[in-house]
Amino acid sequence: MNYLTLIMGIPLIGSALIATLPQTKSLLAKQFALGTTLIAAIATIFMTIKFERANTDLQFVESYDWIKAFGIKYAVGVDGIALVLILMTALLTPIVVLAGWNESEGGRWSTKTFYILILVLQTMSFGVFAATDVFLFYVFFEAMLVPVYFLIGGYGSGERAAAAVKFLLYSLFGGLLMLASIIALYVISGEQGGHTFNIAALSQLDMSSTTQNLLFLGFFIAFAIKAPLFPFHTWLPDAAKSATPGTSVLLLGVLDKVGTFGMIRYCLALFPEATKTFTPLIITLSVISIVYGAFLAIGAKDIKRLIAYTSISHFGFITLGIFAMTTQGHSGATLYMFNHGFSTAALFLVAGWMISRRGSSTIADFGGLQRVTPIMAWSFFVAGLSSLALPGLSSFVSEFLVLVGTFTRYPVAAVIATFGIILAALYILIPVQRSLHGPTTAGNENLTDLNLREKIAIAPVIAVIIFLGFYPAPALNIINPAAAHVVSQMGFIDPAPTHGGK
Amino acid sequence: MSEFISPTLSYSLLSPILVVFAGAIIGVLIEAFASKSVRPIAQVSVAIGTLVLSLVQVWRIRSSGSTSAAMGSVIIDGPGVLLQASILIIAIIAVFLIADTENFAAAAAAIPGSPEERESIARGQQVTEVFPLTLFAVAGMLLFPVASDLVTLFVALEVLSLPLYLMAGLSRRRRLLSQESALKYFLLGAFSSAFFLFGAAYLYGYSGSVTFAGIRTAVVGGTGNDVFLLIGIAFLSIGLLFKVGAVPFHAWSPDVYQGAPTPVTAFMAAATKVAAFGAMLRIYYTSFANAEWSWRPMLIGVAIITMVFGSLVAIAQRDVKRMLAYSSIAHAGFLLTGVIALNKAGLDASIFYLFAYGIATVGAFAVVTLVRDSAGEVTDLNRWAGLGKRSPWVATSFATFLLAFAGIPLTSGFVGKFSIFSAAYESGSKEVVIAGVLSSAIAAFFYIRVIVLMFFSDPLEDATSVVIPSALTRITVLFSLAVTIFLGVFPSPLLDLISNIAIFIR
Repeated sequence: MNYLTLIMGIPLIGSALIATLPQTKSLLAKQFALGTTLIAAIATIFMTIKFERANTDLQFVESYDWIKAFGIKYAVGVDGIALVLILMTALLTPIVVLAGWNESEGGRWSTKTFYILILVLQTMSFGVFAATDVFLFYVFFEAMLVPVYFLIGGYGSGERAAAAVKFLLYSLFGGLLMLASIIALYVISGEQGGHTFNIAALSQLDMSSTTQNLLFLGFFIAFAIKAPLFPFHTWLPDAAKSATPGTSVLLLGVLDKVGTFGMIRYCLALFPEATKTFTPLIITLSVISIVYGAFLAIGAKDIKRLIAYTSISHFGFITLGIFAMTTQGHSGATLYMFNHGFSTAALFLVAGWMISRRGSSTIADFGGLQRVTPIMAWSFFVAGLSSLALPGLSSFVSEFLVLVGTFTRYPVAAVIATFGIILAALYILIPVQRSLHGPTTAGNENLTDLNLREKIAIAPVIAVIIFLGFYPAPALNIINPAAAHVVSQMGFIDPAPTHGGK
Repeated sequence: MSEFISPTLSYSLLSPILVVFAGAIIGVLIEAFASKSVRPIAQVSVAIGTLVLSLVQVWRIRSSGSTSAAMGSVIIDGPGVLLQASILIIAIIAVFLIADTENFAAAAAAIPGSPEERESIARGQQVTEVFPLTLFAVAGMLLFPVASDLVTLFVALEVLSLPLYLMAGLSRRRRLLSQESALKYFLLGAFSSAFFLFGAAYLYGYSGSVTFAGIRTAVVGGTGNDVFLLIGIAFLSIGLLFKVGAVPFHAWSPDVYQGAPTPVTAFMAAATKVAAFGAMLRIYYTSFANAEWSWRPMLIGVAIITMVFGSLVAIAQRDVKRMLAYSSIAHAGFLLTGVIALNKAGLDASIFYLFAYGIATVGAFAVVTLVRDSAGEVTDLNRWAGLGKRSPWVATSFATFLLAFAGIPLTSGFVGKFSIFSAAYESGSKEVVIAGVLSSAIAAFFYIRVIVLMFFSDPLEDATSVVIPSALTRITVLFSLAVTIFLGVFPSPLLDLISNIAIFIR
């Protein structure tokens, strides 16, 4: 059964149905959107069950000619890494729809349009992870900017238009650099036996090391902007602050993963030699991201910017894990992508509820929420603890794996990165203390606690965080074979752990 | 005394051009003899009927390649037929826009502000000479890309240019600006024609022949004086680069785009580009192909300057028509990469790009004609603010055209850009591709700024209104929109068609 096309089709059909609804029926539009995303989630869960974990080949493969003149195919397929990210997208979207039930009301346009954009974005997110044709990937990669742009600019708050433009221009610039690289790949493939965009075929191309390095940079800068990695990160805080909480979840939780996923799928697979050349530089940038993002987070005065900065730090960990080129590092990085989706979702959603109740996103305006709104406060606390990777919560497992995987090859980087954990405790616990604990400050006395809808939305997120913290095996069983496969394809062998300097 | 050879013409192969000439002459007669009440409808019907009939003729001759259609002066081949079809389709949807005579001067011959003009407006006069003029221009454009000697090429150039000079001056509002632009276009156009002729003379001196085949033979043989060849190519190129609006021969285009009535701008921007690039492709791909050492470096330079300059200067524009003019300059640069590529992929890509760009351009200008206030069209971009709120469909259409210009995937512009850049890369001109990609990034900035303005800004107080589009304008916008998206999602049929038949006969 063509699961991948099916799950990409479901949101598209849903958005078409919503488009036919009359403008006034905004409640119906919301229900349609929730229903559609739930169906997509269930289909994705079925797909995950069908997935053969031990098999490192691409699965659920489909391939049809699209633009024959250029050898472009509609080709999709997933390995363990892509599957996990698709699953994350499928699970997060209904939660975002439910949690942000009233988000669309402050927008420039109708509720209907908001959900159409969300559903189109979901289709494209599935597509970007599933594509096995570089051209198809690029089409999704660029086209998904358009719905996000309108989601930020149309439904966000504050300087939303400026933030949306900044986001779009950064991404387009990176995308065009990647396009130049893709054109070069296309031409080189034509010289070596026929035009193709198939990743597997392209990875066999014979290129000079200069060509490889240049093309690698074209891809890598696009992904580093997306991820975002220091020094390409400056668009993220503005975008995350201006977007609605739900959009921010999709932006940081799903879209930014395209960057790190792309590094694994494209940079590593297509340019193995160039990857080795640039690894020291990228490891350095990752470590800077980890520490710098953490310091920015400590200094942040706005909750949404704080979460965005923590993400910069977390993406540093993910990139570190990818370029450490060990199985543990890769498994850790992929699991990190999955877990980061959920912990960021929890943080953003609860922060969004706090902000909409208080009417301010400044941390200093909150205080003593623990007494007035215990459930909201506890949810935020758990989300925060997950973000700082407390043992027993899911992020700990992935962060630990990344550090272990890095240490065996790059001990210095791993040691510096470990400081990120300590800084994480600071940037999470200080705002938690200020806003949740202590006496309730003026203006916060009459806040209401989470209602039933919000509880239903946040419960599965926290459940996933705790469950994978104690028992990460279900996710790791899917990821590990794929991660090991990627590392061995690159020609790396995990170094044996040494101890005691012997 | 040499014997007179009576010309043998293949009327069947020339029929697309002849039909349009005949239609134009009928249009002139209607203008002279028909009564005021039936004139507009008669002119529109004749114009559209002629163009459709001509398109049918193009379809009929689509697979008959021949060099002897007019004693070696016209070549009918795949690229020629495709370009003729593109020009006709663009002309048809442009005539739909021109049919809204509201944009045209009541009596174009009257001096602006004179009593004659006031009187003609008061009497409700409306001359409709724009239709025959359009048809004459179309006939010239149809001949331009299939001409195969320099004399025919020059005649076609003049036949297509002269009506355009007049049409640029026909605007009903801001007539002085319109007439100024017409004069500017005429003077600069006359200069460039002179350069063109000068180049043609040198090429004749070099090869002893005015036919493309003769020049090609001389270039391949390499026995002539290379200085003559170089001067000839250089001056001929100036004439052609002027027509496509490449830097540094672009100075006319912003003024003319702004001054001309918008439907005329739409027609001129789209169809002239197709015709001029068509002729350029034929000359460079056939006659000059073996002398690429002499012109390719120059064209590479011109292409890079054109795209960078067009993209950069467009950022500073506050008028939507001027912005589109600079955007068209940038696109001329992108199209030049197709000429530089000098391979089959470059030819296919150029034809696809020309068609896709032409359709999107007519669509974009069609939207411009709809945004008006009490004094006519509003082209000041600031007053487009908040258009998305008041007329979401109009704004969405315009945004789609802009995204196509910017080359966002799933629009025709992306497929065009990808194919033309990959062809240039394949030919080894990597520097052009890199410049092209970077100027696309710059260009994206000003396209997006307009989208921001339409969707994310609040409308100003002195609100502009969007008129209810006439049925014909509506067809133009919807058709352009459909083509732009269809070619973005399913470009295969057209690409396959082009790659199967686009082969130059030499």
